[in-house]
Amino acid sequence: MKIECVSKVLNAKVLCEGKGLDTEVLSACGCDLMSDVLAFVKNQAMLLTGLVNLQVVRTAEMMDMKAIVFVRGKMPGNDIIELAKDMKIAVLSTDLPLYMACGKLYDAGLHND
Amino acid sequence: MADNNISVRFDVDASDFSAAGEASTKLKKMLRQLSVDPEIIRKVAVAMYEGEINMVIHANGGHIDVEITPEYIKMVLADNGPGIADVSLAMQEGYSTAADSVRELGFGAGMGLPNMKKYTDEMHITTELGKGTTIEMLVKNNA
Repeated sequence: MKIECVSKVLNAKVLCEGKGLDTEVLSACGCDLMSDVLAFVKNQAMLLTGLVNLQVVRTAEMMDMKAIVFVRGKMPGNDIIELAKDMKIAVLSTDLPLYMACGKLYDAGLHND
Repeated sequence: MADNNISVRFDVDASDFSAAGEASTKLKKMLRQLSVDPEIIRKVAVAMYEGEINMVIHANGGHIDVEITPEYIKMVLADNGPGIADVSLAMQEGYSTAADSVRELGFGAGMGLPNMKKYTDEMHITTELGKGTTIEMLVKNNA
């Protein structure tokens, strides 16, 4: 699923485009615990989280993730967006809670392969 | 020593949690420039990042020496922190002594050391209470 499609499904604001909205994500992970994110490797993945700090971006970077979606209407600060820009990771924000956001993406065809 | 071995030291500053991970990011960039296999880079980066976080939250920082050779990538993380009282307990998934303030940041769930072991081919912990901890990790290159 392209990041552009993710933003439509989640009615999310795009705060930073990363490598571009036509970047494809193949799987997603909904998690507030960064160590658990680090424990499970998937290719071209996307992170959905309610946790807002710089370590979210660093965790995504270590795992070569393509996009981060902040849920529950959380808006990251400029420091987070700037770091994500440096690392070419797209950043989105949706008002949906984590469970709903994951459900909608799954329903729209984003399954973990 | 072989010509194509690279040694580099990273200082880990514990004064700012948001800076934790900078060393791992730098190493990752370096390995990419050296065209190391992306899967190997990810293993090294995650193991080092978890180690770096541990050094910041438990040990007041320290330094990491990295050796990159065609055969392996070796990381030696050394700190002067409190040491680990029971290493086998610390290796259990879910066991943590981290403060609640650390958990709120998405870490401290007792997955750090298990993740480091998971992503490396070899890991050795040397620790002494009140003196500090040294963790040696090795990831085989192009294995």
